[in-house]
Amino acid sequence: MSVTERLVLAVEKPLKEAIWGCQMCGQCILHSTGLSCPMRCPKNLRNGPCGGVRANGNCEVFADQPCVWVEAWKGSRRLPVFRDHMEHVQKPVDWQLQGTSSWINLLRGRDRMAPKGWEAHDQP
Amino acid sequence: MTSPSRLAGLLRDGHFVVTAELSSSNSADPQATWRRAEVLRGSVDAINCTDNTGAHVHMSSLAAAHLLVEKGLEPIMQLTVRDRNRLALQADLLGAAALGVRNLVLMSGDDVTAGDHPEARRIYDIDSMQLLEVAAAMRDRGTYLSGRKLEQAPSFFIGAVENPFAPPLEFRPLRLQKKVRAGADFIQTQLVFDLPIFTRFMSMAADLGLFEQVFIIPSIGIPRSARGARFMKEKVPGLHVPDALIERMEKTPPARQAEEGIRIAVELVNDVRQIHGVAGVHLIGIKWEEGVTRVAEAAGLLPRPTLSPLATVGGRR
Repeated sequence: MSVTERLVLAVEKPLKEAIWGCQMCGQCILHSTGLSCPMRCPKNLRNGPCGGVRANGNCEVFADQPCVWVEAWKGSRRLPVFRDHMEHVQKPVDWQLQGTSSWINLLRGRDRMAPKGWEAHDQP
Repeated sequence: MTSPSRLAGLLRDGHFVVTAELSSSNSADPQATWRRAEVLRGSVDAINCTDNTGAHVHMSSLAAAHLLVEKGLEPIMQLTVRDRNRLALQADLLGAAALGVRNLVLMSGDDVTAGDHPEARRIYDIDSMQLLEVAAAMRDRGTYLSGRKLEQAPSFFIGAVENPFAPPLEFRPLRLQKKVRAGADFIQTQLVFDLPIFTRFMSMAADLGLFEQVFIIPSIGIPRSARGARFMKEKVPGLHVPDALIERMEKTPPARQAEEGIRIAVELVNDVRQIHGVAGVHLIGIKWEEGVTRVAEAAGLLPRPTLSPLATVGGRR
C-alpha cells in the first residue's frame, strides 16, 4: 500500500466508521442507500431489505437494532438527490477491495468495475 | 436438452397454477422424499424443494429436486445465497439444469441464527437480487458471472420471493420491480394472512405495470394446530400472522383444529383469487402434504390442467 493510500485511509476510515459505521468494503454506495451503510446488514445485502424485517422495522438477526435497509429507505426519501438509486440493481461486492480506500477506488474508477458477465441495470 | 418448464407453460397459457412446498427430508433413503411427494401428485403443478429451510440442515434442494424429476414430478428448486458463494451457486445451477430441473426460486434465506447451527459462518457473497441476474445471464447470454461462455445455456424459469408484509411496505413493490429487472419470471410471496396489506401491495405492483412482466403467486399457509399458528407468529422471521387467526384456532377444540386450519386456508385461497394479478397459489402445510391436497380439493382447484402442446417456454415472456 502506497504512502498516499495510507494517508487517505487515515482520514477516510475513522471518519466513515464514526459517522456511518463503515465496514471498509472499498466500494461505497452510501449515496445510493440513503446514507445507511448496507455492509452493516448481517446478510451483506446490497439490494435489501430481506423478507425477515420485523414488524417494528428492526433487523431479523439483531432484534434490538433497526434494519439498515429500512433506514436506507427512510434516508433516501430525505435526500434531495439520488433517490431513484434505491431502484437500481446494485452489482455484486468485489471482495478484493475490502479494507481499501473507496475514495481512491472512486477516483480511479476501480469501484465501477463489474464482473464481465454482469449486465448493468442502473436505468429503470 | 430435455423438456422445458411445464409450470411456465401453464402460466403462459393463462392457467391458475397450484404449487406446494415439499417437507424437507432428513433421510438418506430417497423413499422418504418420494413418499411425501407422491401425496401431492395430481393436486399441484409443481413442487418446491427447500434449501435448508429455516436455516436447519436437510437434504439439499438439488438432490430432492432431482429425485422428483426421476419420478416425473416437476420440482421448483429453491436456492439461498446464505450457504454458498458465487462459484458454488453457479455450479449447482448448471448441475440442476443438467439433472432436469427447470424452475428456480432464488432467495436470501433465513439467517443462520434462526436455525440449528447458529454458530455457522454466513456466506452472503452475492445477494438474492444478484443471483437472479446470474441465473438470467446463464440462461439468456450463456455466460457465467465472470463472462466465461457456457457450452450449453440452461433453460430456466426463474422465480424469486418477496415479502409484502415486512417494512418498509412502500418500498416492497419497487423491490419486486428490481427483481423483475434482474431476471425474475415469477414470484412466490411470503405467507398471506393479512389481505388488506396484500391487496395494497398488488395494486401498487399493478401501477408499476409488473403484471405484464411477472407472474405473482401468493403463499397460503395451512395451520394444523393453534400451537403451530402461534409458533409461526412468534418464531418464523418475516411472518405476519393476525391475532384474530390465532384466536380462531385457539377457540377450536384441539381435535378439530386441523379441520379449521384447512377451512382458513381455503378461505384465503378464495380471497386471493379475487385479487387482480394473482396467477396461482403456493400451498404450504408444514410436514402436512395431505393438508395441501385437501385444500386444493376443497378450494375447487382440482383436477389440475394439462399443458397445451402450443405452450412456449424459455426466455422472458
